[in-house]
Amino acid sequence: MNAIQLHYEVDGTDFTRAGEASAAVKKALRQLGVRPDIIRKVAIALYEGEINMVIHAEGGYIDVSIDQSSIQMALCDHGKGIENIDLAMKEGYSTAPDEVRSLGFGAGMGLPNMKKNTDEMHIESTVGVGTNVYMTVYL
Amino acid sequence: MNSFFHSVTLDPQKCKGCINCIKRCPTEAIRVRNGKATILAERCIDCGECIRVCPHHAKKAVCDTLSVLNDYEYTIALPAPSLYAQFNHLEDVEIVLNALLMLGFDDVFEVSKAAELVSDATRKYMARPGLLKPVISSACPAVTRLIRVRFPSLIDHVLPFNAPVEVAARLARKQAVKKTGLPPEKIGTIFISPCPAKVTASKMPLGTQKSAVSAVVSISEVYPQLLHHMNADTVGTISAQSGKIGVSWASSSGESAALLNDNYLAADGIENVIRVLEDLEDEKFENLDFIELNACNAGCIGGVLTVENPYIARTKLKRLRKYLPVSLNHDPVESPVLDWDAPLEYTPVLKLDDNFSVAMEKMSRMEQIEERLPGLDCGSCGAPSCHALAEDVVRGIASEDECIYKFRENFSALVDNIHKLDSMIPQSLLNRKEERHDTD
Repeated sequence: MNAIQLHYEVDGTDFTRAGEASAAVKKALRQLGVRPDIIRKVAIALYEGEINMVIHAEGGYIDVSIDQSSIQMALCDHGKGIENIDLAMKEGYSTAPDEVRSLGFGAGMGLPNMKKNTDEMHIESTVGVGTNVYMTVYL
Repeated sequence: MNSFFHSVTLDPQKCKGCINCIKRCPTEAIRVRNGKATILAERCIDCGECIRVCPHHAKKAVCDTLSVLNDYEYTIALPAPSLYAQFNHLEDVEIVLNALLMLGFDDVFEVSKAAELVSDATRKYMARPGLLKPVISSACPAVTRLIRVRFPSLIDHVLPFNAPVEVAARLARKQAVKKTGLPPEKIGTIFISPCPAKVTASKMPLGTQKSAVSAVVSISEVYPQLLHHMNADTVGTISAQSGKIGVSWASSSGESAALLNDNYLAADGIENVIRVLEDLEDEKFENLDFIELNACNAGCIGGVLTVENPYIARTKLKRLRKYLPVSLNHDPVESPVLDWDAPLEYTPVLKLDDNFSVAMEKMSRMEQIEERLPGLDCGSCGAPSCHALAEDVVRGIASEDECIYKFRENFSALVDNIHKLDSMIPQSLLNRKEERHDTD
């Protein structure tokens, strides 16, 4: 059986639109009858990812693939890239600019939260080129 | 009884089959089929949006009428605090309570009194260690129903207490049994309600096996009759039983303010409620203790069964509240009166199929269908959006041909084919055709 493929563009200029991909994926997962606790984990991970793409990368796109055994998410952007991935994964570490922090974002919990809510997470990043975050949640 | 009773129903005589309601329904529960709106019972949350928006008044809330007073030996009115906000220049709640007695009720038990008891219990509940926060209010039955079908991961956040009206009905009946010596079933507890979801909640309760509310009469029915009996001179036969805290439950943020904790969020209007629940599911909020959600704009005073504009009602409520004591009720409520005895359970009505593989297959087909549709979300097919039509097709309750644009496309292809056929007629036959015309 083919996997379900979902694709979303993330607008990097509009904070209020972050969460759209998360909402659409939630709807699809509900229709598929996926367990509520799994839907919640995916929702949190995706929303954090969307916010990251808006704050750090001026947007990008998200591909979600759902098959019998897992939900796979790829979040790709052409932003400035992450210099030190290990550091970025530390709770409380953030490079978010002040104006973003004043909106209540940039607490340094984004990537750690994404890791916490997924079964697998893998980051590929090149400074000046962009970042790809791959996450998997097993069904 | 049908497993899905709904107060919100359709009058097919008045329905013109327009698309106003299908576009407004927050759970996409309405379709126009054969020229009339139909409600998908398992999805309806009784929010009343369709009643509000229907220009032909074809959507209505089924309630009891005041004639239920004849069905019981002893009747107790349970006025919602939103009732008090309907009147001009009301200075004393007791005028309303007294008018209810004049109308034929034997006694009155204010829902706002029970609200104060629920507030008190909620404050204690909020102090429990290890509590999952934020706690979401369960007082609005439309919101509770919405969470049950659409936000299952938030069910554990919902306050497991009966709504004030349920608590009021239980306490009132108990008191009346003691006072009159009548058996409980001869005592009618009759809610004067701003909202159809409360009618549904009394017949098909969530959180409790059986509601203690005997009947639900709308504020809009009682209001004009009460006006005849509103007389300041007769005050004194019955005294008000609640203060600011209880009465404030009628408008949005009233329930939250009663918790004496500023860490709350209060949202009203079903679209706003959905947005808050989506964000909560994504963990967008931090350090929030309590969330109060009301499906109607401005809260219960915005209910479809009220008569006054909700914002005017809110101002009236503010004036009325000014000289009330803070609260009159602090007695702990016994657990059987307050606590849910039937847990809220996820009802996956949006699921495409029980079998995951079949659901996957249906979703793939849905995507293919949606790609073929024009994406205008015009509603002409009777479904609220192209996405919803695609879903209906895979669910087997609609056909792709119901799309008017698809129909045009097919028709135009047909016309093209006719032209093509025309050009394939051999010259000899065309000549004969012309000859026939000449001789005519």
